[in-house]
Amino acid sequence: MLRRKRNLIPFVFLILLFLATMTATWWLPVSPSFMDSSLRLMAPSAEYWFGTDHFGRDIFGQTIIAARVSLLVGFTVAALSTIMGTITGLIAGYYKKLDSIIMRIIDGMLAFPSLLLALALVAALGGSVTNIIIALTFSFWPVMTRVVRSSVLQVKNIQYVEAAKTSGIKDPVILSRYILPNVMSPIIVQGTFIFARSILAEAALSFLGVGVEPSIPTWGNMLQEAQIYITTAPWFSIFSGIFIVVTVLALNILGDGLRDAFDPYAKGKKKVKKQMFKQRKQYAS
Amino acid sequence: MLHYTLRRLLAIIPVLFIVSIIVFMIVHLTPGNPAYLILGEDSSPEAIEQLEQQLGLDKPKVIQYFDWLGNIFVGDLGQSIYSEQAVTQIIVERLGPTFSLMVISMLLTIIVAIPTAIFIVWKRNTVLDPLFLSGSLLGTSIPEFWLALLLVLGLGVSVPIFPVAGYIPITDGLLGWLHHLLLPGIVLAAVEVGLIARMLRDSMLESVNQDYTKTARGKGVKESTVLMKHVFSNALIPTTTVIGVTVAGLLGGTVIIETIFTIPGVGQLLIDSIHRRDYPVIQGVVLFVAFVYVLINLIVDLLYAFLDPRIRYD
Amino acid sequence: MLEVKNLKAHIDTPDGVVKAVDGVSFIIKPGETVGIVGESGSGKSVLAHSIMQLNPKPPTFYPQGEILFEGRNLLQLQEKELRKIRGNDIAMIFQDPMSSLNPVFKVGEQLMEAILTHHHMPKSKAKQRAIELLKDVGIPDPEKRMNAYPHQFSGGMRQRVLIAIALACNPKILIADEPTTALDVTIQAQILELMKNIQEKYGMAIIIISHDLGVIAQMAEKVLVMYSGRIVEKGNVEDIFFHTSMPYTWSLLRSLPRIDSESRERLLNIEGQPPNLIHPPSGCNFHPRCPFATEQCKLIDPELTKRSSNHFVACLLSEVEFKEAKRLMENVEQEGDLKHV
Repeated sequence: MLRRKRNLIPFVFLILLFLATMTATWWLPVSPSFMDSSLRLMAPSAEYWFGTDHFGRDIFGQTIIAARVSLLVGFTVAALSTIMGTITGLIAGYYKKLDSIIMRIIDGMLAFPSLLLALALVAALGGSVTNIIIALTFSFWPVMTRVVRSSVLQVKNIQYVEAAKTSGIKDPVILSRYILPNVMSPIIVQGTFIFARSILAEAALSFLGVGVEPSIPTWGNMLQEAQIYITTAPWFSIFSGIFIVVTVLALNILGDGLRDAFDPYAKGKKKVKKQMFKQRKQYAS
Repeated sequence: MLHYTLRRLLAIIPVLFIVSIIVFMIVHLTPGNPAYLILGEDSSPEAIEQLEQQLGLDKPKVIQYFDWLGNIFVGDLGQSIYSEQAVTQIIVERLGPTFSLMVISMLLTIIVAIPTAIFIVWKRNTVLDPLFLSGSLLGTSIPEFWLALLLVLGLGVSVPIFPVAGYIPITDGLLGWLHHLLLPGIVLAAVEVGLIARMLRDSMLESVNQDYTKTARGKGVKESTVLMKHVFSNALIPTTTVIGVTVAGLLGGTVIIETIFTIPGVGQLLIDSIHRRDYPVIQGVVLFVAFVYVLINLIVDLLYAFLDPRIRYD
Repeated sequence: MLEVKNLKAHIDTPDGVVKAVDGVSFIIKPGETVGIVGESGSGKSVLAHSIMQLNPKPPTFYPQGEILFEGRNLLQLQEKELRKIRGNDIAMIFQDPMSSLNPVFKVGEQLMEAILTHHHMPKSKAKQRAIELLKDVGIPDPEKRMNAYPHQFSGGMRQRVLIAIALACNPKILIADEPTTALDVTIQAQILELMKNIQEKYGMAIIIISHDLGVIAQMAEKVLVMYSGRIVEKGNVEDIFFHTSMPYTWSLLRSLPRIDSESRERLLNIEGQPPNLIHPPSGCNFHPRCPFATEQCKLIDPELTKRSSNHFVACLLSEVEFKEAKRLMENVEQEGDLKHV
């Protein structure tokens, strides 16, 4: 999967970003929290690559440090959504009787635009990293349930599953050993996309001032503070924005690439093959 | 078709029921007493008690829920704690700007996405297709609030073509209305265009090698006509469902965009109410938006059925 | 009227170039019915699509050959000129009637499109013509059926509509690519009967493509047998069925169920897979599957040579050698059968 260059580049980028942000305090020349009011809102220079903010802090360091919360929120939400979505999806897809009940609830949850549901939840719970994770997980896992359920429905009636059932293997074993491995690929792909969407959503919530506590640097918080300086210090807004775009883009490319890698008849070079296959079938007659 | 419509109408009842429970729970799942949350921890016990009675918080949760639900059926979403106005009325007052913004961005999205998709499918064997795919992926990766900031910087400040804030009702002049909404509309549309054009392209590509296009080409029909008439008409059917997705994106997006451009719509109302801890309004707005969303998806589904003769005549 | 000269149609794929049609020549005269027969993957469908220039380009390309229609080479015509010929002079019906009509347009609309693409006339007149066409192809209550959608028709009725579309401009050649393969046996007979009738009425030439020798025998006057992109035997229908001279054709015939046959000949499949068209076998393409193949066959690629006035065969075996080989083989099989009894 990662052997293909298109998947490898975003993957390596994400790993590097993770390592850079975790070790930032060791290698950053200026501490990101170091304030110097004489250095307020300075344009990018050799010393301050991304310029300085309204407290005179180094924006480059801030941007690197801010990746921690963004990656943490994105990854945790993706992981929790995947776990919850997979469990509910497996159950809904496998047990006909529970299917309609679970799916009605899921439909109800999907009736909210996800950002709106997250906003309302954060409003109720209060803004903090934990609460953001809870709110976003609640908004995104129904999507995963749907994906898993429809995949389960596709593999459920394949012969070897039927065979396992008739030979008296217990349901949990069938679900985990026979069905789950076959629905892994859509789960991984969807998980990657949820990762990407969570980063965007966390940034949006923080930008709106209802997200992570303003004292914690996140890309959304930085943009929220930078907003009023957009005309006087545009660099303040530009760099953290670029980091969001590139990180989310990397995840989206990865998700897209994984989807293609899992689907033998997907895009790229393989798409040609699919067309050829179709044509050959037509020509065959 | 009648049968389908009825079935589809019945199907939204459980969805709306679940929606109402979720909205109700959003406030009541808060840790601690909502009255404290609203008034602050250090308020007097009398004030708390009064608010509890006013909100019906002293009754059991189930009773509270059904009281609340019963009121919704007669259009009563409660009263704002902040302004003491009826929530229904507040929302209605804010509808104009939000609706205007959504219509404009929807139109912009469609005007750009459909020709783009047709053009890309027409040039499907060229380098334009992978370029388009990368562009659409990039489009879905840009946060709309950041794009809004950049466009404000570019088209509002550096080259001041558009106002960067405010709203003029359409009744005060069409031009002023459009002038104020175009920039926010562009931002919202820009985020949606990539997604919609991509979905349209995918379904057109699926349709482009179908046997009926061969029949059409065999008749001597022009390739452009084959694409515009035969391929597009078939690709349009699955794409209607995309409109539902777009609306969801726009409903979320308006919250952000209205805040940035200070457009007095429902989205701004929501954010203001969150800051004011005005829970009845938050509840009302979220319920209202979810209701609108369910309704739009219902219309889209019926439209889908209407566009597809295989369902229409069944 | 139509002359195909040494045509090659190759398809570029990630695995290599597929030589789908590899040097095919034949002539079609006005009013004639030519059958093209072969297994799946023999290139007969690509050949048919080449005449209409309907193979997607890329990946299909034509490294060699000419398709002369009324003196003009279709391979060199501009797209605009080709469109004037498609549907107007040469029309085509496809294999799968279920998917060959656009599901979102009314049948009448699709039929009128075929007329109006080539003739400028008021819509009302085109509608009249369309109703006539539907009547010609045996669709009951044509005025009413004009307003129906494809999914409201059965498979056989859809194929009739597709034939009507093909007839719309009174073409000189009708190409039918496996017109009955997707249909029930009883409907098959009706469609073939219909094709014969309309040929009588409209007088066009028909190219009928099928893997089913029964269909070919019923329809065609001349037959081309294709194998791995080439013609391996061609001649009048009697030549092919009664003076079979190519082991491949013989194998095809033996795979045909025969109700009238008195011999207890078994139903035989041709052993082995159709050849890889990217790396075809050495020598004669059929030698790996040929029951009579000799060492010679692995080395020499036989050319299509004349056996009688209209009968051409691409095989190293002479007529006498082939007859003898056949006789021996049948004896052996009969003995084998007796043993089993």
